[in-house]
Amino acid sequence: MNSRTPPLTDSRTIFNSSLHQRYLLIEEVQQTFKTKKGPFVALKDINLSVKQGEFITLIGHSGCGKSTLLNLIAGLTLPTEGHLICAGREIAGPGPSRAVVFQNHSLLPWLSCFENVYLGVERVFAHTENKAQLKERTEDVMALVGLTESQHKMPHEVSGGMKQRVGIARALAMEPQVLLLDEPFGALDALTRANLQDELIKIMASKNSTAVMVTHDVDEAVLLSDRIVMMTNGPAARIGEILSVELERPRDRVALAHSNQYLDYRTAVIDFLYRKQGHPTPTKY
Amino acid sequence: MDKGQTKSKAELALDQHLESEALRLREQKRLALRDLIVRLCTPFMPALLGALGFGMFLIFWEAIHLNNAQIPSPGFTFAAAVKLFTDPFYSNGPNDQGIGWNIFSSLRRVALGFGLAAVVGIPVGFLIGRFRLFQAMTAPIINLLRPVSPLAWLPIGLLLFKAANPAAIWCIFICSIWPMVINTAVGVSKIPQDYINIARVLNLSEWKVFTKILFPATLPYMLTGVRLSIGTAWLVIVAAEMLTGGVGIGFWLWDEWNNLKVENIIIAIFVIGIVGLLLEHCLIAIAKRFSYE
Repeated sequence: MNSRTPPLTDSRTIFNSSLHQRYLLIEEVQQTFKTKKGPFVALKDINLSVKQGEFITLIGHSGCGKSTLLNLIAGLTLPTEGHLICAGREIAGPGPSRAVVFQNHSLLPWLSCFENVYLGVERVFAHTENKAQLKERTEDVMALVGLTESQHKMPHEVSGGMKQRVGIARALAMEPQVLLLDEPFGALDALTRANLQDELIKIMASKNSTAVMVTHDVDEAVLLSDRIVMMTNGPAARIGEILSVELERPRDRVALAHSNQYLDYRTAVIDFLYRKQGHPTPTKY
Repeated sequence: MDKGQTKSKAELALDQHLESEALRLREQKRLALRDLIVRLCTPFMPALLGALGFGMFLIFWEAIHLNNAQIPSPGFTFAAAVKLFTDPFYSNGPNDQGIGWNIFSSLRRVALGFGLAAVVGIPVGFLIGRFRLFQAMTAPIINLLRPVSPLAWLPIGLLLFKAANPAAIWCIFICSIWPMVINTAVGVSKIPQDYINIARVLNLSEWKVFTKILFPATLPYMLTGVRLSIGTAWLVIVAAEMLTGGVGIGFWLWDEWNNLKVENIIIAIFVIGIVGLLLEHCLIAIAKRFSYE
């Protein structure tokens, strides 16, 4: 059942391997923002290599620049220094090959849930497929996130959890090389969040897609990730530690709640966040 | 303690209980009745209060009439209005036409000037909102011209078009264009960054960005601009027609002043108010139709 090969943590082993092994490559990335009080270094010396099919989470205290890093991978911002390479090509701007699930779902309120997803489908596949195929594609992905029944409702007519499902559907429908998730479940209540996490696990297993997710939820990170990238506090945040989560897939939250291995991973992350990076210095932008 | 006293004590307690129960029931009924009255009256309350206010206005008007006979009484004015509206569409040459024709001519001018302003103002607003360069270029001229009374443009209109009617339309055009340009530009610049990010991540074409994101996101702002415009346009047309003459409610008002028919001036004021109100309400209804929340 384990569709993912155990992740490699040593960057030197990855260095000489194939494109598959270095699907997403972040090299010596530094991000500086211009502010009124002079330059603000958000990220410094970021090096990371992500394999195809790997699920990575970025975790850290708020203000540590994890969303900044995700925006860099998305291409929404460009790094001040260093390179980001995805599938052998330098990331020069945003595009559907790196679809983003935004924290606040960001659905267009004047389009129905279906139309929101269709907009992305149309953009990616319109030149190779006809309208019926595009429609079928959209319906398939709506079914995948369990929204067949309410797909023609307007975003304001569905619950917060359902809106986030549409957001995920929109990103998945574009069949991205890398799926980027920016605290996708942050705004949801605990039960809905658990529910959506379970579904995301299933979807990711069936699609075997590469994903980078920003979160501040330790359980979410351990449950979903192949590797957890823990970031130090900003300013000039860098990657503190990388933890490989070698739990069998498919993962079941109830069974794992009693697993010592799970608890060890959890403790390791908490130890990093609250002891090593205990008191985040408040940052001003 | 003897038995009789205890019994009477129990009876007393029972009486007390019954009494309080009856009181409670009465009170409940009273409250229920009050609730019913309140519930029945609530929907009519604004109308009732409005009618009361209007009644007070009429009394005030009557009082003025009693002090100054030049101002006609409400009753006399109403009778004149009824007479006037029995034949609104007569035509005895260009200077003597029914009130219906006058209203219609004014509305036609407003529609033309207003429509032209929308055709020019909304695209310009989009350009200003979308491109910083354009905004910086146009800001000084817009800020300079916006506070100018549209009537100040009337002579320029007369000079350019050599006729009264297009000059009046020109005034409407000038006064309507600013709210449309400014509101559209504000709407475009206020589009949430999230929507822009979607456009960027999906890598949408400029046309798709316009039709799926810019236009729908800006529409509520645009309609606010349109609503503000129609209000000023209707204000300005009366003044412009007073100056240019011809057929129109503003000219008619001025003509009745020359004829010293004060009741007709008051009727004209009411007609202008009612038409303005209707225009505004039409646009609010349209705005509601296009709001997506």
